[in-house]
Amino acid sequence: MKINVTDQTGKKPTSHTEIPDEWFSWKERDTKALETVSRPSLSYWKDAWRRLLKNKLAMTGLVFLILLTIFAIFAPILSPYEVNKQNLPDQYQPPSSQHWFGTDNGGRDVFTRTWYGARISLFVGLMAALIDFTIGIIYGGLSGYKGGRTDSMMMRIIEVLYGLPYLLVVILLLVVLGPSLGTIILALTVTGWVGMARIVRGQVLQIKNYEFVLASRSFGAKTARIIRKNLLPNTMGPIIVQMTLTVPSAIFAEAFLSFLGLGIQAPFASWGVMANDSLGAILSGHWWTLFFPAFFISFTMFAFNVLGDGLQDALDPKLRK
Amino acid sequence: MLRYIGKRLLMMVITLWVIVTLTFILMVTIPGSPFNSERGTNEAVQANLEAHYNLDKPYIVQYVLYLKSIVTFDFGPSIKQPSQTVNEMLGRGFPISFELGIITIIVAVLSGVTLGVFAALKHNQIIDYVAMGFAVLGISIPNFVLATLLIQQLAVNIEWFPVARWLSPAHMILPVTALATGPMAIIARLTRSTMLEVLTQDYIKMARAKGLAPWKIICKHALRNALMPVVTIMGTLLAGILTGTFVIEKIFAVPGMGKYFVESINQRDYPVIMGTTVFYSAFLIVMLFLVDIAYGILDPRIKLHKKGGRE
Amino acid sequence: MEKLLEVHDLHVAFSTYGGTIKAVRGVNFYLHKGETLAIVGESGCGKSVTSQAIMRLIPEPPGKIVRGKVMFKGKEITRYTEKQMRSIRGVEISMIFQDPMTALNPTLTIGTQLMEGLQEHQSIRGETATSKALEMMHLVGIPNPKERLKQYPHQFSGGMRQRIVIAMALICEPELLIADEPTTALDVTIQAQILELFTTIQAKTGISIILITHDLGVVAKIADRIAVMYAGKIIETGTKRDLFYNQQHPYTKGLLKSVPRLDLKEEQLSPIDGTPPDLFAPPQGCPFTARCPYAMEVCDNVYPVTTERSSSHRVDCWLQDKRAQQLLARTANQ
Repeated sequence: MKINVTDQTGKKPTSHTEIPDEWFSWKERDTKALETVSRPSLSYWKDAWRRLLKNKLAMTGLVFLILLTIFAIFAPILSPYEVNKQNLPDQYQPPSSQHWFGTDNGGRDVFTRTWYGARISLFVGLMAALIDFTIGIIYGGLSGYKGGRTDSMMMRIIEVLYGLPYLLVVILLLVVLGPSLGTIILALTVTGWVGMARIVRGQVLQIKNYEFVLASRSFGAKTARIIRKNLLPNTMGPIIVQMTLTVPSAIFAEAFLSFLGLGIQAPFASWGVMANDSLGAILSGHWWTLFFPAFFISFTMFAFNVLGDGLQDALDPKLRK
Repeated sequence: MLRYIGKRLLMMVITLWVIVTLTFILMVTIPGSPFNSERGTNEAVQANLEAHYNLDKPYIVQYVLYLKSIVTFDFGPSIKQPSQTVNEMLGRGFPISFELGIITIIVAVLSGVTLGVFAALKHNQIIDYVAMGFAVLGISIPNFVLATLLIQQLAVNIEWFPVARWLSPAHMILPVTALATGPMAIIARLTRSTMLEVLTQDYIKMARAKGLAPWKIICKHALRNALMPVVTIMGTLLAGILTGTFVIEKIFAVPGMGKYFVESINQRDYPVIMGTTVFYSAFLIVMLFLVDIAYGILDPRIKLHKKGGRE
Repeated sequence: MEKLLEVHDLHVAFSTYGGTIKAVRGVNFYLHKGETLAIVGESGCGKSVTSQAIMRLIPEPPGKIVRGKVMFKGKEITRYTEKQMRSIRGVEISMIFQDPMTALNPTLTIGTQLMEGLQEHQSIRGETATSKALEMMHLVGIPNPKERLKQYPHQFSGGMRQRIVIAMALICEPELLIADEPTTALDVTIQAQILELFTTIQAKTGISIILITHDLGVVAKIADRIAVMYAGKIIETGTKRDLFYNQQHPYTKGLLKSVPRLDLKEEQLSPIDGTPPDLFAPPQGCPFTARCPYAMEVCDNVYPVTTERSSSHRVDCWLQDKRAQQLLARTANQ
């Protein structure tokens, strides 16, 4: 037998003779080391949160939304101006130390009104998301859980509702019901829940599949833990993302309705109403009356969209590495 | 394929029926609408309405006759402009709205797909970040804000474009831009993400292993598959553009159906609102149906019931 | 015999967020004309990456051929431009992939996909291309080829799709076919048919084949020579006879033990304990040490030198060292 001394690694050339003799002894086997996985396993939510933290854009969105909420709660309380009190001598004041965002055609403080509008817009968005979520969970859950004919009947209904033009139905309802905070939320959710129901149904079907596997292995008491640890995270992901994206679309829809005169009515002032009222003013140079509500609508939509994208990436188990 | 079309057709008819019935029920049950003739309007108008909607008859008969009038494309008279019928308003306004919508769709699809494909091919490079930043902005800025900004900057401040109305190609640029930006951004993002996914598929690797030129791989193998999801959201995008025309036409004073519609809402001109809603819904539902059929043609896997089948 | 393909000291790495994965770490092998070489190993050992590196199909970035060269018919193709490579891909070297379900484009007809290689490389179109395609479909054993040409992939079964993929790879009459796990995704009966097909095609065309697989059963049927890969390195290579009857590396022994055999009923199936090392930070010594029943102190510290047991049989293992043999003998006596 010929012993050829070459080295495949390209590192420093070695030969048999360079190796000390005492290295030729059995190595003690560490059986535990064989079973440990080389990378530490984080819990699903911690892992998702870690990845969300890394996503700068999504974090910008999140921080903006938190600040927005804080301001929406406290700014109107702290402001010396009243939301709806007209003060015509102060009409169309540009932004100054007294009126940070200027004043509008009624001499009302745009700063105060903007934060007040944030309350309305966020409320509409969050309520719409919450109601969509509730109906969606019940309908989609029932449909997926029952399965069979019930499921296919319920899905047919969803298909029909999905085919209805969303905003046209909303407009029709508001024309008939008359616009108010309640009717707007009602109109936005009357067909809005369909998308959520579809997602929930899909996720329930997935869980059912897992359950079948679990039951067949008779895990017993461990089942609850597995559902909580493995299944819920995987199934909650798409639902959370859908909720995050419902909020901006409801805010946009409300602003859109304001343009048709079907938005929130006085004494409330949503961002959409403020922007609509200022459309003419901008042409006469009073840009601030439109700029602030428009900026906040845009940036809120932006924040929710990037947060939704970030959550989607962070919660998708397929991307987990 | 025929079975697929038949099924879709049935769904379409049911959806149409639901929207028509919903409209009828809402108008009949809500106080203050012309169907509950409590509120005294102009007598001539009232007579017109009664004649068209058969208000003297029981609800069920009203409903059947209403269905009949919808099927025959007769949307009845207007309250506020008694000399006009809804049909006449549609005839005047719809072609303009349609023109605005079609141009918008074309612009949105072409620019959105281009942007998305380039972003995907230059994944994680500057072009990708710029394109996607642009797309996120496009999704976030509501079209009415964009429209106002465009008017103020490009029409009032530097006077490059006319402020309003619908007379020449120059008049179209700003409204189309304002309306197309949102859908374009959505298409760009979707194209990018599906394109990225498609590019990792085995058949793309296979095409590369065959030694095909890169542009051929992209155009022939990747793009077609990447555009499938874009086709599926076309229905939603069309709906968005259509409702978007209401706002854009109002802001740019374009004399389309959207403008009439907004006016009719402000004046609570119920027959016009009803007629337009039903007409637009029908239009969208038919479009949705056509999109579904187009999808069936583009994706051979849909034709499950055709001859041949699996071996 | 003439060497069709030679791979020298090939290193491939992928940069990821977590660090650099050294997927292939100095691989050497060669392939004669008309020969079948099997590269065997667990998933993630770098066998697919090696095959894709030969074709230069590794996505760059994140992948990169760090070092080494690939010689094809005496030419160093690792130096070729992308355009030169394209004139080789599909024409001189073809490749087929693991899953026939995903290797075909669902939206194009079988005919289109079969003939596009001909159009690209030999500008053959129309009637001539169709007749060539029909000929290939006949070769790979597809009934009713004329009708089938107009159908879409979803209208074919898994086995038939793999036949189509093989026809696609062969249509420009390449000299080398790289088959990456060609039977893994198929039913056992279909697997046998596809392997049969490889043998028939090789007999008819004299094509050389590199077969990438984790399944030693496949190897036993059609390979002439075998290379065993582990953690980015070829740890043992030799003829089929060398490796099946005189295997030296404990890993190769373990692989063979974990294959069910009909001829040796009483012997138990024993899986190899543990998992392969993390290729973010491969061990400096032998990568198999942690799982090796014969691990010695030296194994942890230095990568084994290559021992040539014969002109065909080479192995990278410290057990080949005289002192290790003495140690083995002493242990046996105790």
